[in-house]
Amino acid sequence: MQPLLDIDGLAKTYASGVVALQPTRLAVRRGEIFALLGPNGAGKTTLIGCVCGLVTPSGGHARVDGFDVVRDARRARARIGLVPQELATDMFETPWATLRLSRGLFGLPPDDALIERTLRELSLWDKREACIQTLSGGMKRRVMIAKALVHEPRLLFMDEPTAGVDVELRRDMRALVRRLREAGTTIVLTTHYIEEAQEMADRVGVILGGELVLVDDKAALLRRFGRKQLTVHLHEPLAALPDALQGLGITLAADGRSLLHAFDAGAEHSGIPAILRRLDEAGIGLRDLHTRESSLEDIFVDLLQRRRGESA
Amino acid sequence: MNAFREPPPFNARGVWAIYRFEMARFGRTVFTSLLTPVITTALYFVVFGAAIGGRMGEIDGVPYGAFIVPGLIMLSVLTESIGNASFGIHFPRWTGTIYEVLSAPLSPFEVVLGYVGAATTKSVILGLVIFATAHLFVPIEVQHPLWMAAFLVLTAVSFCLFGFILGIWAKGWEQMQAVPMLVVTPLTFLGGAFYSIDMLPGIWRTISLFNPIVYLVSGFRWSFHGESDVAVGASLAAVCAFLALCLGIAWWILDRGWRLKP
Ligand SMILES: Nc1ncnc2c1ncn2[C@@H]1O[C@H](COP(=O)(O)OP(=O)(O)O)[C@@H](O)[C@H]1O
Ligand SMILES: [Mg+2]
Repeated sequence: MQPLLDIDGLAKTYASGVVALQPTRLAVRRGEIFALLGPNGAGKTTLIGCVCGLVTPSGGHARVDGFDVVRDARRARARIGLVPQELATDMFETPWATLRLSRGLFGLPPDDALIERTLRELSLWDKREACIQTLSGGMKRRVMIAKALVHEPRLLFMDEPTAGVDVELRRDMRALVRRLREAGTTIVLTTHYIEEAQEMADRVGVILGGELVLVDDKAALLRRFGRKQLTVHLHEPLAALPDALQGLGITLAADGRSLLHAFDAGAEHSGIPAILRRLDEAGIGLRDLHTRESSLEDIFVDLLQRRRGESA
Repeated sequence: MNAFREPPPFNARGVWAIYRFEMARFGRTVFTSLLTPVITTALYFVVFGAAIGGRMGEIDGVPYGAFIVPGLIMLSVLTESIGNASFGIHFPRWTGTIYEVLSAPLSPFEVVLGYVGAATTKSVILGLVIFATAHLFVPIEVQHPLWMAAFLVLTAVSFCLFGFILGIWAKGWEQMQAVPMLVVTPLTFLGGAFYSIDMLPGIWRTISLFNPIVYLVSGFRWSFHGESDVAVGASLAAVCAFLALCLGIAWWILDRGWRLKP
């Protein structure tokens, strides 16, 4: 099936000479939640801006539902909802008026019932007639999300939707994302919180220095890059690693109280049974053992270090 | 998922949404928006019409008080058109809410139509209110009401377009204020609002013919009193040319995203 968002060689160099986005290829599938992960200044906002008509691309194409975002801007944009990174609201308007405007801009007939539902879903109903400038930052962000939803987009961009928001809004946002996905909305969100991508996304793209270095299923990514670590806490500290345990990729912790063994999460044989057998044979008593799976955060740091290593 | 509604080839609802939104702001501040120009006009009448005008006699067979009415209306319409339209587009740029318009399925022409349409409506309302105010001070008759309406609307549209361009060009509020103060106000005062350019010495009269505002005031005054400084056709041509120029620039700006899209 044709991807909903098809980015082909899209690139951006700003007038200042900053190469914010190197020629990028990316296909976002219908109905998926795609997380664009990268540190500040990586080019996430630039990529979204190029697709949404806020930044003029310096090269390449992007198509939404098959419509080119430049040549067929009207039909492409009609399908897109955008929650920008920066808080920007009409200070002197009410949420109700500003949602009516949003829907109108997209050429859609007024739909008070839909506006009400959207406001209620984002806990804004009680504030519908309040002047936006009197709302808290979190409430303003809710207004911006509501504005992006009220024209029922097929493709929703959320640029760092949870940066600096309260716990409650984060929780509501997760529920919202789940609800939207059930309704068939495709979502592209950017974040530098890895847990967020890990929690919400189906696929993850990692962008570093304007280059999309990696795109994969979240699970596959964990399998590919995920390292597990086994820690065995010993009864009695050891002075050195016994001969019986050599050759298994085991290291002794500096304090001699635990043994460490790292292995690929995706590997068929973890080696744990062998280690346990040898410990038993050597008569080494163990107090406890646990394994830890690396998070996307670890993977991300790992990728960054590898790239630094390559360029150094 | 619901069937997707393709946007119409002309996004009339989008234009209407911008227009309505802008007019709602005007509605909230209608009193102050109109009060200032009305008071200013009233003061002009007290000073120029009553105090000085009594000693001025007639110009082109029209009492001075009535003679300055078209010029005064033009002065206010020009100033307010530029002010309103530049604010209308500069404010969302400044707050950042312009992102919504730029990412909506709207063509450049539709965006201009929404913003400039609203600003024009305000200016025309203002012109009519000032016209009514003037009535309180001096008897005025309008010889060519249709032409008067046409000149009023054309002028309002052109200068709202000019204001729109100014609001996008300006990098800050100071620049927005500077252009009307440094360029438009002098041109208006030298544009024959308070006198007939026939009253100027030869060389100044020639120089005045390069001032576009002379053509506006002259044509507008002709629609009131049937007398003009320059041929009416020339006035009409000048307004239309200025309008076409501004429309072209505004379209180009939005199409290219000049100062709007990095
Ligand atoms: N309008 C602009 N003009 C010049 N440089 C910009 C502009 N916007 C962003 N940049 C630069 O482009 C790079 C990518 O920025 P951005 O897309 O905002 O990254 P991210 O959203 O991943 O933090 C950064 O180096 C940033 O400084
Ligand atoms: Mg960003």
